[in-house]
Amino acid sequence: MTDRTEMAGSGLEARNLVRDYRIRRGFRSTTLHAVADVSFTIEPGRTVALVGESGSGKSTVARILARLESTTSGGVLLDGHPAPTRGAQLDRYRSRVQMVFQDPFASLNPFHTILHHVERPLRIHNPRMRGAEIRDRAHELLERVQLTPSTRFAERRPHELSGGQRQRVAIARALAPGATYIIADEPVSMLDVSIRLGVLNLLAELQRSEGLGVLYITHDLATARHFSDEILVMYRGEIVERGDADTVILDPQHAYTRTLLDAAADPDRLGQLREEVRKGG
Amino acid sequence: MSGRPVLTARDISIEYEVDPPVKAVQDVSLTLHRGEILGLAGESGCGKTTLAYGLNRLLKAPALQTSGEIVFHDRDGDDIDVVGLSGDGLRRYRWDKVSMVFQGSMNSLNPVMSVKAQLDDVFRTHRPGMPRAERARRSAELLGLVGVDPSRLTAFPHELSGGMRQRVMIAMALALDPQVMIMDEPTTALDVVVQRGIIREIMRLRERLGFAVIFITHDLPLLIEISDRIAVMLEGRIVELGDAERIYREPEHAYTKRLLASFPSLRGDRGGFVRRRDEQEGASA
Repeated sequence: MTDRTEMAGSGLEARNLVRDYRIRRGFRSTTLHAVADVSFTIEPGRTVALVGESGSGKSTVARILARLESTTSGGVLLDGHPAPTRGAQLDRYRSRVQMVFQDPFASLNPFHTILHHVERPLRIHNPRMRGAEIRDRAHELLERVQLTPSTRFAERRPHELSGGQRQRVAIARALAPGATYIIADEPVSMLDVSIRLGVLNLLAELQRSEGLGVLYITHDLATARHFSDEILVMYRGEIVERGDADTVILDPQHAYTRTLLDAAADPDRLGQLREEVRKGG
Repeated sequence: MSGRPVLTARDISIEYEVDPPVKAVQDVSLTLHRGEILGLAGESGCGKTTLAYGLNRLLKAPALQTSGEIVFHDRDGDDIDVVGLSGDGLRRYRWDKVSMVFQGSMNSLNPVMSVKAQLDDVFRTHRPGMPRAERARRSAELLGLVGVDPSRLTAFPHELSGGMRQRVMIAMALALDPQVMIMDEPTTALDVVVQRGIIREIMRLRERLGFAVIFITHDLPLLIEISDRIAVMLEGRIVELGDAERIYREPEHAYTKRLLASFPSLRGDRGGFVRRRDEQEGASA
């Protein structure tokens, strides 16, 4: 563990996040604790993986960090300052914290060109920048996410790109306003398997070269282990286990982490399940 | 029990007759043995679902099987020429001999019919002589078989969780005691823990009832874990076919190797990922 007091000033911190939803059934209402007292810090240059099943609250955490969702209690701090909830300050916050969504087929506007998708955040966050400069920057960003040469992609529309290429556009768009923190909510789960690692490698490379802090939300434990420094295991709104990526996967402590690990496909257990069901009848 | 073939496909080609025509499946030959699990691996667009539909004679225009033969070797020794089937013969083949669990079966139940009515429908269509009480008994038994409480018979699909819906779909596929079950990404939309439960259920049922399975997915590690043999498909062709263990330990085709390399090992060594370099630098710094 790094020295926390030294890092206190910089990082994106979730502090005691709580998010309740009221569920109404007829006249009665009950409370669902979607997120119950979740705390963690994403430091620059580090990746934190948040793993868990659907309904565990991991996307709610992502949306709270991106300020797309309010909290019931607790808060988000950016470099020690409470994250704003509206106005120009929120714009400034968002220029530093950006999100990459799961579905690259839904998150890009089919009507607009690739260039437009990257130019727009540049324009919004740099109102005084000249058109030519914005264009240059957009091309630069496309090159940076390995859509090269950028001239080949700039004028195309999303439907002309593969899923992996689209997700690269989404990453370029997230970087455009100068983001230093990326919240990636299942960024590769909708992509074909053979291109997933390419996109994850790109994120890792960008992270290294630009010191990005990344929150990697996934249900895939193998990539969580290989692409993050720290893993948080979330179950029913709570973080039930956390620690160094290798330690959590290789030496799980909580029963739920073990259940998750047992459920992951492992080719080394070849034929084992068949033997088990044969014995178990 | 194994060793004897139950389904033989030879040189199957399937085209989508659009402009320009798309050759979705090209000269595919495979043999499915009794009681075995044959994994069919490939990425989206490789033709694996089209092939499955072809084997079950479910292709609809513009898809057309342009060549090849499919022979089903029945339990009682008869050989059925699947391509030549039509009308009643086709009805007796489909679902009865070869059933299917569809992709996205989360949405393939009828939302306005109860589970009971949908199971009943299978029997009324395929077993017209079966008395009502017998149908009800069988339906309850089927639900029990797949691990859903028979009291849920009266439930509607929206009242069931994703995993339960999938189990109901499997119950429906089991209804007529088929000899082959084709499963097209049966667990892809489900959570890992639920997915595991369903895979285990399928394996258990296969042990007990002895049907053969064609299991289609892009999840190669899962296939290696559960299949007897694996066929790897790329651009409409089977590029490699072999025992699961052989495919895992000694893959021959470059694409199989690439697919395998796409799945980082959960517990094993770290591969050549960007992060590794990152850490080494971090360590030396």
